Amino acid sequence: MTPPVTVLDLANVSKSFGALKVTDDVSFSVPKGQALGIIGPNGAGKSTLFNLITGNILADTGRVTFLDQDVTRTPAMTRVRMGVGRSFQIPQPFEGLTVFENLLTAAAFGQAKREAEVEAECAQILADTELLRRANDLAGSLSLLDRKRLEMARAMATGPELLLLDEIAGGLTEGECQALVATIQALHAKGTTIIWIEHVLHALTSVVERLLVLDFGKVIGIGAPDQIMASREVREIYLGLEV
Amino acid sequence: MQVTVTTRTRASTVAGFVALGLIALGLILPAFASRSLIQDLFFILTMLTLAQLWNLIAGYGGMVSVGQQAFVGIGAYAMFAGVILWGWDPVPAILLGGVAAFLLAIPMAFFAFRLQGAYFAIGTWVIAEVTRLVIAQWKTLGGGTGTSLPREATSDIIGVATIAELFGLRDAAARDVLAYWLALALAVGTMAAIYALLRSRNGLALTALRDNDNAARSVGVDAGRLKWLVFLAAAAMTGLVGALIYMQTARISPDAAFSVTSWTAYVIFIVVIGGIGRLEGPIVGVLVFWGLQTAFSDYGSWYLLALGLIAIAVMLFAPRGLWGLFASRTGIALFPVQRRLVTSGLVTGQPNTQREEVT
Ligand SMILES: Nc1ncnc2c1ncn2[C@@H]1O[C@H](COP(=O)(O)OP(=O)(O)OP(=O)(O)O)[C@@H](O)[C@H]1O
Ligand SMILES: [Mg+2]
Repeated sequence: MTPPVTVLDLANVSKSFGALKVTDDVSFSVPKGQALGIIGPNGAGKSTLFNLITGNILADTGRVTFLDQDVTRTPAMTRVRMGVGRSFQIPQPFEGLTVFENLLTAAAFGQAKREAEVEAECAQILADTELLRRANDLAGSLSLLDRKRLEMARAMATGPELLLLDEIAGGLTEGECQALVATIQALHAKGTTIIWIEHVLHALTSVVERLLVLDFGKVIGIGAPDQIMASREVREIYLGLEV
Repeated sequence: MQVTVTTRTRASTVAGFVALGLIALGLILPAFASRSLIQDLFFILTMLTLAQLWNLIAGYGGMVSVGQQAFVGIGAYAMFAGVILWGWDPVPAILLGGVAAFLLAIPMAFFAFRLQGAYFAIGTWVIAEVTRLVIAQWKTLGGGTGTSLPREATSDIIGVATIAELFGLRDAAARDVLAYWLALALAVGTMAAIYALLRSRNGLALTALRDNDNAARSVGVDAGRLKWLVFLAAAAMTGLVGALIYMQTARISPDAAFSVTSWTAYVIFIVVIGGIGRLEGPIVGVLVFWGLQTAFSDYGSWYLLALGLIAIAVMLFAPRGLWGLFASRTGIALFPVQRRLVTSGLVTGQPNTQREEVT
């Protein structure tokens, strides 16, 4: 049997904003097809970690490897074409484009294809993310909930090998949450590698097979979800903050 | 799932036919129009082209340049240089104007692209001023006072004799007809090119970039390449227009050719009044501007003051311009670029232009 392919590898990655060390010597790797959850209190540096993986910001030190290529200094534009798709925690839609056009743009450029080649796929993603009814509306007219759906849909449209989802379940009703989980599970089943930052724990743990805990920029635990949730350190830092 | 994507609307089909009719009418117009009408149309068409180009870089590309007069000026001077120094015919010398503006745009973009927002605007303006000061040192082209195209050059421009004979006109009037036809060709060519760009993949990227730079890069849009492409292309076209304008006037000076009022402020006025970020905007804007210019330009600085007040009023009450206001009420787009998804022959609504109503 061939050894499992490593999709993403971070080695001693650090990032500071001024005096604040937001990412502190982070190392971990994600094998192909895995769904990894990231939890941690507000301001722990979770979104920053995503930005370092996507190239929206560059690491001060350390190395980021994607599919055996060193991408530490590769711009975001190139990384997405290599297969790193992401959603933004605070939705960043292209407001002057329709919902469908948002996806078209992502698919055409993220996959380097012609528009005609991706139209059907974009329509399918809209159907899967319950956005079909808003397909021809300007993204600027969407409600917050639909904007979050659009974030996820647009990330999917880039055709990612590695999909990064940043807090997409907040504010959903129980039914909507289940639909979201089903969508992500379907992607997971197709073999997409997923990293998901989420405060809604029951949604997260129903998908991921591994959990990473971040606090003050440091990885303080990584492993099977039930083990992580049972550890005293995590209960103190993370759950202590929840109640 | 059956999927079709269309940009066509009923209005756009009608608009296509009307546009073809207008172009045909425009071509044969010199056969019966007065000379002053031809001159007015020359003014309208050249301002329209400049406005469409500024709309492309600012309204779509998000690059609010206040230095477009640099390209008008350098284009015009390059044309004069071709005629006076190298003995070219003025019509092919117009092409020199495009080349010169393109070359100037390279260092200009190199510096200005490092600047953001208001600094970008100021940066482009400063570079245009510097260019004006440098050109004013060019003694063989009249230095600071300027110069005229020599009589020999203007008397036998390619095609003028034929036009004079065809319509039974004197040389001066025939020159106006030639300039008008070239202006018509430039206006139609520019709008067709911009429309084609907007309907291409790069059109999506350009709008995405304007709306959210960071997100655009994150879906794979090459922001840098696209900005360069649009800025350089618009500069070259602006240079052609500048050369054509000064071929028609046959007299040039640095102050006039590099005038920020004539070639950028008026152009911004046209775009803002008509509606930024849509092809229909400059068409409406240039007609309003021409009407105001014809009626009130004798009032000097009061006229400028009035233009300013009108611009402010429109920005306050119709931030997307007169066309934007009309489009949001009616949903009509003459040059639609929106890709509308139709699934299984169902779904969708009207073309959505409601953005300004939502905050
Ligand atoms: N561009 C930036 N410049 C300066 N400081 C920043 C920047 N981005 C993030 N920070 C700071 O870094 C810290 C970590 O932010 P980050 O957004 O990564 O946290 P997070 O774990 O995603 O939090 P949340 O759960 O609230 O989303 C915060 O203190 C934040 O204020
Ligand atoms: Mg965050």
